[in-house]
Amino acid sequence: MYDKTVAQLSAGLQAGQFSSVELTRSFLARIAALDGVYNSFISVAGEQALAAAAAADERIAAGTAGPLTGIPLAHKDIFCTDGLRTSCGSRMLDNFVPPYDATLISRFKRDGAVTLGKTNMDEFAMGSSNESSYYGAARNPWDTGAVPGGSSGGSAAAVAALLAPAATGTDTGGSIRQPAAFCGITGLKPTYGRVSRLGMVAFASSLDQAGPMAHTAEDCAWLLNSMAGHDPRDATSAPRAGEDYRAGLEDSLKGLRIGLPREYFGDGLDAATGACIQQALRELEALGATLVEVSLPHSHLTIPTYYVIAPAEASTNLSRYDGVRYGYRCDNPSDLLDLYTRTREEGFGEEVKRRILVGTYALSAGYYDAYYKKAQQIRRLIKQDFMDCFAQVDLLAGPTTPGPAFPLGAKTDDPVAMYLEDIYTLAVNLAGLPGMSVPAGMVEGKPVGMQLIGQHFGEARLLNVGHRFQQATDWHLRRPANLAVEVA
Amino acid sequence: MITLRPRCLLGQRFPVQKTMAIEQDEIEKIAALARIRIEPAQVGQVTRRITEILRMVDQLQAVDTSDIEPMANPLDATALLRADEVTEVNRREAFQAIAPAVENGLYLVPKVIE
Repeated sequence: MYDKTVAQLSAGLQAGQFSSVELTRSFLARIAALDGVYNSFISVAGEQALAAAAAADERIAAGTAGPLTGIPLAHKDIFCTDGLRTSCGSRMLDNFVPPYDATLISRFKRDGAVTLGKTNMDEFAMGSSNESSYYGAARNPWDTGAVPGGSSGGSAAAVAALLAPAATGTDTGGSIRQPAAFCGITGLKPTYGRVSRLGMVAFASSLDQAGPMAHTAEDCAWLLNSMAGHDPRDATSAPRAGEDYRAGLEDSLKGLRIGLPREYFGDGLDAATGACIQQALRELEALGATLVEVSLPHSHLTIPTYYVIAPAEASTNLSRYDGVRYGYRCDNPSDLLDLYTRTREEGFGEEVKRRILVGTYALSAGYYDAYYKKAQQIRRLIKQDFMDCFAQVDLLAGPTTPGPAFPLGAKTDDPVAMYLEDIYTLAVNLAGLPGMSVPAGMVEGKPVGMQLIGQHFGEARLLNVGHRFQQATDWHLRRPANLAVEVA
Repeated sequence: MITLRPRCLLGQRFPVQKTMAIEQDEIEKIAALARIRIEPAQVGQVTRRITEILRMVDQLQAVDTSDIEPMANPLDATALLRADEVTEVNRREAFQAIAPAVENGLYLVPKVIE
């Protein structure tokens, strides 16, 4: 029951092969038995999950169920969940129980999905390895000595370890795609504004976007159907309705033009990873696509641009944590300034404080034009590179990451080396485009992801290409060893 | 077989265009603006790490952007206006219930005025 796709589980629920309560119990039992190793959950919903499952079973019996009714899901601990602790991986929010649901959570509740729990993540989504979490790093199910990627590392590890059939994540610079690649699952970052940010703890507001993480592109389409759509309560939500992302999954790839950015196949790419991507591209060619070499000439400016804009926006967003209204508060503050400065010293971890300081510097008097304005100007050049490519091709393809998952602790002492991990994913956020990672090979027993980059609001096409690729390949069906533990 | 011309993207560390060294007292000033206390013994280490990041970022300065409009939103979208109607209910008790210290419906902070 636990090694099935969302689409298969939905069919089983509708056919009465098992109930949502049975299904939910089975995943909760696996989490209890196995997550001591993976550390992929920060909070497990338990009774709340079983109550939601029982309600879903009633809807199924009454004939009012939708496709996701009764499906257990894991949510990144960045989405506010009414009555369920939402820590964002930080000591600052360790005691924070939101009084409301994020729009994304409300939509899944409306559709009858069950929340299993909240997944581990880099603190405030700042990281590429899950190691900045206040709750300790999640582990990669393919190699528990390796990172699962980040920041949505817990969601990726939970799906890969079959502790949840699918999960949600957020992606500010690669935080869905990179962990999806490292853990051998499929992850989609939609177009900026496609999924509501209301109730999603803010990191960098012009970059943040939520998306689905699952075994297959088809399952991502099922989840995105619930998630996408205009939210009048999020001023940056795109004012256009969602669509049925399942409708075009089977479309032919004949005549599809795929651009290969030459900057994504350079010296920094691990040779074995590159060979996997070349093989995957040949599959797409065999499915009828035409491969065209293209260029993103400002690629070398992506990391510096991102590491001005993201910290600047973070420093502004995280100014709300003051120890007054909710969250952590230091003991015995001597005065108001001591309350603020010590609460923030003790409540935030090293990487978060580093980014707040960089952002504050970039926005401070005398440096604003040299850093923030400059980065915003170069951001336009980076976006224009993509627009120029899309005049010639329908989508872009390349590696998601420079190599497979790296060992725990390998980059924690070198922030800039950690930032380089996101070299192929950051530009997609700067340009606001949709991007997806699909399993595309194995290197040294660890998965490799192929990244597909679409045009604005072109999620359906990405999912179509991912689905056709997965019909022709079996990388998404590979499972780590030691997962087949039957739990009573 | 797809052949692509390799081009160095990751292989080299970023060239330093101009060394933007930041002094410890400047870090202390920034930390004060950000309302973050830094343990005095750690100021040196924090300064070194932030200097590394700023050096990496400094290659932006080499790009001529004189005619480029800054981009704040990747879709160049502007915020939508909504009708001026009351849509939220007052949930004061729910919000106060999660605060670290409250009394008589007020948030408590250390004394500001003597």
